[in-house]
Amino acid sequence: MTNGWIDIKNADVVLIMGGNSAEAHPCGFKWAIEAKKTRNAKLIHVDPRYTRTSAVSDLYAPLRAGTDIAFLYGMIKYALDKKRFHEDYVKAHTNASFIVGEKYNFKEGLFSGFDEAKKEYDKTQWAYEPDPKTNTYQVDPTLQHPRCVFQLLKKHVERYTPETVEKICGTPKEQFLKVAEIVTSTGNAERAGTIMYALGWTQHSTGVQIIRTGAMLQLLLGNIGRPGGGMNALRGHSNIQGATDMAGTFEILPGYLATPRGELKDLTTYLEKATPTTLNKQAWSSMNYWSNYPKFMVSLLKATYGKASTKENDWGYEWLPKTDGNYSWMYICDDMYRGSSTRAGGKEPGPEGFISFGMNPVGIGPNSPKWVAALSKLKWLVMVENVETETAAFWKAPKEYGTSDAAQIPTEVYLLPASSFAEKDGCFTNSARWIQWKWKAIDPPGLAKTDQEIVSRIFLAVRDLYKKEGGALPEQVTNVIWNYTNPVNPDLDEVLKEINGKALADIKDPKDPTKIIKAAGQQLEGFGQLQDDGSTMCGNWLHSGVYPAAGNLAKRRNPVDPTGLGFFHEWAFSWPANRRIMYNRASADAQGHPWDPSRPGIVWNGEKWVGDVPDIKPDSPPGQYGAFIMLPEGVGRLYAPALNDGPFPEHYEAIEAPVDNLLHAKVTSNPVSRKFTTDKDKYGDRKEYPIVCTTYRLTEHFHYWTQHQVNGRLNEVQPGFFFEIPEQLAKERGIKDGERVRVSSARGSIEGPAVVTKRISQMKIDGQPMWQIGLPIHWGYAGAKGHVGPLANMLTPSAMDANTWTPEYKTFLVKLEKAAEKVS
Amino acid sequence: MNSPGLQIRRSSAQMWGGGSGQRKMPVVSKYIDTSTCIGCKACEVACQEWNDLGNVRTVQVGSYQTVPTLHADLWNLIKFNEQTLPDGGFAWLMRKDQCMHCADPGCLKACPAPGAIVQYENGIVDVNPEACIGCKMCETGCPFDVPRYAARTDKMAKCTLCVDRVDVGLEPACVKACPTGCLHFGTKDDMLALADSRVEQLRANGFAQASVYNPKGVGGTSVVTVLSHGDHPEWYGLPKDPHVPTGVRFWKNVLRPVGVIAFAAAFFAMVGHYLTFGPKKPKEGGEKSRGEGPV
Repeated sequence: MTNGWIDIKNADVVLIMGGNSAEAHPCGFKWAIEAKKTRNAKLIHVDPRYTRTSAVSDLYAPLRAGTDIAFLYGMIKYALDKKRFHEDYVKAHTNASFIVGEKYNFKEGLFSGFDEAKKEYDKTQWAYEPDPKTNTYQVDPTLQHPRCVFQLLKKHVERYTPETVEKICGTPKEQFLKVAEIVTSTGNAERAGTIMYALGWTQHSTGVQIIRTGAMLQLLLGNIGRPGGGMNALRGHSNIQGATDMAGTFEILPGYLATPRGELKDLTTYLEKATPTTLNKQAWSSMNYWSNYPKFMVSLLKATYGKASTKENDWGYEWLPKTDGNYSWMYICDDMYRGSSTRAGGKEPGPEGFISFGMNPVGIGPNSPKWVAALSKLKWLVMVENVETETAAFWKAPKEYGTSDAAQIPTEVYLLPASSFAEKDGCFTNSARWIQWKWKAIDPPGLAKTDQEIVSRIFLAVRDLYKKEGGALPEQVTNVIWNYTNPVNPDLDEVLKEINGKALADIKDPKDPTKIIKAAGQQLEGFGQLQDDGSTMCGNWLHSGVYPAAGNLAKRRNPVDPTGLGFFHEWAFSWPANRRIMYNRASADAQGHPWDPSRPGIVWNGEKWVGDVPDIKPDSPPGQYGAFIMLPEGVGRLYAPALNDGPFPEHYEAIEAPVDNLLHAKVTSNPVSRKFTTDKDKYGDRKEYPIVCTTYRLTEHFHYWTQHQVNGRLNEVQPGFFFEIPEQLAKERGIKDGERVRVSSARGSIEGPAVVTKRISQMKIDGQPMWQIGLPIHWGYAGAKGHVGPLANMLTPSAMDANTWTPEYKTFLVKLEKAAEKVS
Repeated sequence: MNSPGLQIRRSSAQMWGGGSGQRKMPVVSKYIDTSTCIGCKACEVACQEWNDLGNVRTVQVGSYQTVPTLHADLWNLIKFNEQTLPDGGFAWLMRKDQCMHCADPGCLKACPAPGAIVQYENGIVDVNPEACIGCKMCETGCPFDVPRYAARTDKMAKCTLCVDRVDVGLEPACVKACPTGCLHFGTKDDMLALADSRVEQLRANGFAQASVYNPKGVGGTSVVTVLSHGDHPEWYGLPKDPHVPTGVRFWKNVLRPVGVIAFAAAFFAMVGHYLTFGPKKPKEGGEKSRGEGPV
């Protein structure tokens, strides 16, 4: 979230799209209700299904799964055509005025620089055009230059008329226009609107670009950085934000630093590539905060290797593992299944073992049968879990998963009992970026151990082996510091201290070198004190400030809110720097006056910025720095020449496309999205599989856990798996409420009872009728007796987004049949 | 009896309540705003947990609703209804179904067991399992189809408005658990005022027929419900104009007083008989009274 849960109460318009927060985030959703009740806010829900979120919204509009970009672009065009965008904001806080180079173009569904063979773009073709004399960005403040971002955007969205939106999305034109009118009512200083989204946007082959389109709309409406505004991603687990911050995926180190690649041989080369430089040298320039990258990286290396890390040895950069390609879990699965890895040009054997820590890949899929087959080829599998999940029990999967005879599977499975969130101390980082401490409620049962004890015991055993036996690069492991009071089971309070960072030598005040701002050994007050000379260590620069000299701020619970806007600065700690609204400089105009004085984010009082913790330097006067401090441009990007699939989003159909792309039939799907080629990676054809299908979660269940509850209340209130089938479709096929149906995709086929509903209706796509159905994900073969069910991910495709490799769970093709009644 | 500390205003099969009338208490009420209910069922689970109710075996038969109607082990049920609106629009309506705690409770009127159903001074209608004989007469008296017979205990069961919590100054468990704040608890006057203001807001936002459901036919209820489509309470599974059934009313208001008079007449006749003819001699061995034999 750029803002936070509580801030939603400050919105005049709440657009929920690609999410179903009433069902998936019922506790946070109270703030949307609060906005409705106290501000008379309008709540709009745009979704393929009419859900419990739609039930309490002021306006619901259906759309075909996977067509969100077209819908959002329709609104952007509407805002531009009707001048319902916040012009002063756009001029002050976005790159609308930046001139783009002549090499950029867009034709027939492709941007310039497309390499057909590699299915990649040459992104340098999309670069801005710097002034040849001064080498600075060229801008046209009048927004009239034909190659300024504003004009290029106008041209790009020309095609997305309300009629086209209706043809692509299936949303009736009048309904689309109603939504557009309400959403663009916030395109001014007086009103603010928020967008809440979740996995309904991320889990598409165009996921990142859908979110970008939403962000562009919010920038045009002037809603980023303002109380009541923002792009608010609702995270799917209690701590998924924390997991991502702490390097939850292969391509990042803690704090979103880049995992080094093999070709970046030394730290200097790595830092040169990673640290952005800005061409913005005029007034209103950028803090370009990532220019501090070396400080973050060196401090991380110091936190990892301690005294062994020195200036002479590049702070131990050599010991960091380097990648030679894509190691996302989808690719790891592919390697396991094929038994080989072809990264870095060579052919290497695939992995022989797999450690799955708090993850259930067979359950969460996609394409569960491929996962079962992949795990069946391993020598060993280590599962660290609270319950025996589908992955732990993959060798017991029913026949339809393609399981071989268990006796033929060589994989030795170890299930290490872990403890649940309530059975250990630690912290959660929620969607609002709050790092909140939690205390253990009960002891773990039986032999279950805490995560940190399991990790520590594995680490210490591996380190002992390297110490005894050596190896190719033992220093990589033996030099890692492990200075915990109890090295076998570190106290997480100590770990958080390490993440925050401390001074290793006295740190001097840059303004007055005679003054020492931090003495050696003291906890740092925040990332502003980090150094690139080895005098500081920090496990994650972004979290720095959570554990200063004053103590563990994640434990704070002081409910004071002097502004009444819901900042609650003394409740837990919100990264970065306890800031509650990111980019909050954009909540004020060029002179530092808040757009809406009743809802100020930060205000310039003549000496410094007050209100929320300011994003920019607190004493930098208005006009000195742009609001978007993490971007070299210093302003928000309506045009982003950085993503893998285009500087502007474009409507592409899902990988399993139910129709040709109406805008450019030759380029139907995202040309740079990724999919696999093994015999298990099958993609269906719309003739055989004519129905659009989507997957989702239910309020009553938590992922794949609830099914393990014995005599649990939650299994009582939502007893089992089902398919949601539109009433008219059910009538056509002779299916009644509760009757069993069979749904099949190119990957697999599953059966269950039908919930026949009026809440999904027939879509008219370019005049042709089309059906959508849906199914919840919470069941599998590993649940408690009476609570097993089919895995939704038997059906989902291993097709991925081009930037994050997130699978396309939300749009794929299936066929529907009536099944024989189950004989019990 | 869940709350022996509260004074009783009215009691089943008795002419008078148990209170002295000296301690006045405001009538309490639960507020349900159906327009902000997200049907998450946290209230269902909280109710079962607090009241220590058994598990209900459920199966998916085509709905998000836990069970078709209230159950002896599920006193709080979100009723889901997919409603096509007259203007062609659509609404997925969710309402928390439970005992309405009528000011004029039909269950209490219909109950033949003295003290089995009571109404406390604060308006809460409660079943006293000590006195309940499990005869199911209260079912016939209830215009909302609420009381359920629990075979496990051979007693009637229904929402108590968490009188045990209310008695010590807490809100009912469902209110505590509600994540969106569509449930509130307080004095009936306060809850009605809250409901009126919400209705006003709904009317200003396109729900011209929004209203508060607090039906006169049962003297009003201690559950105040805000309905966006107030002209169609039946869409929410609520009767349009609920009344205590005439038969029950006749029993309570006419037959029972007549019965009391008849009983008194018989009693005096008996006293007269005793005075005139002397005591009756018991038979040898005698009959065992109920309850002494092996169960």
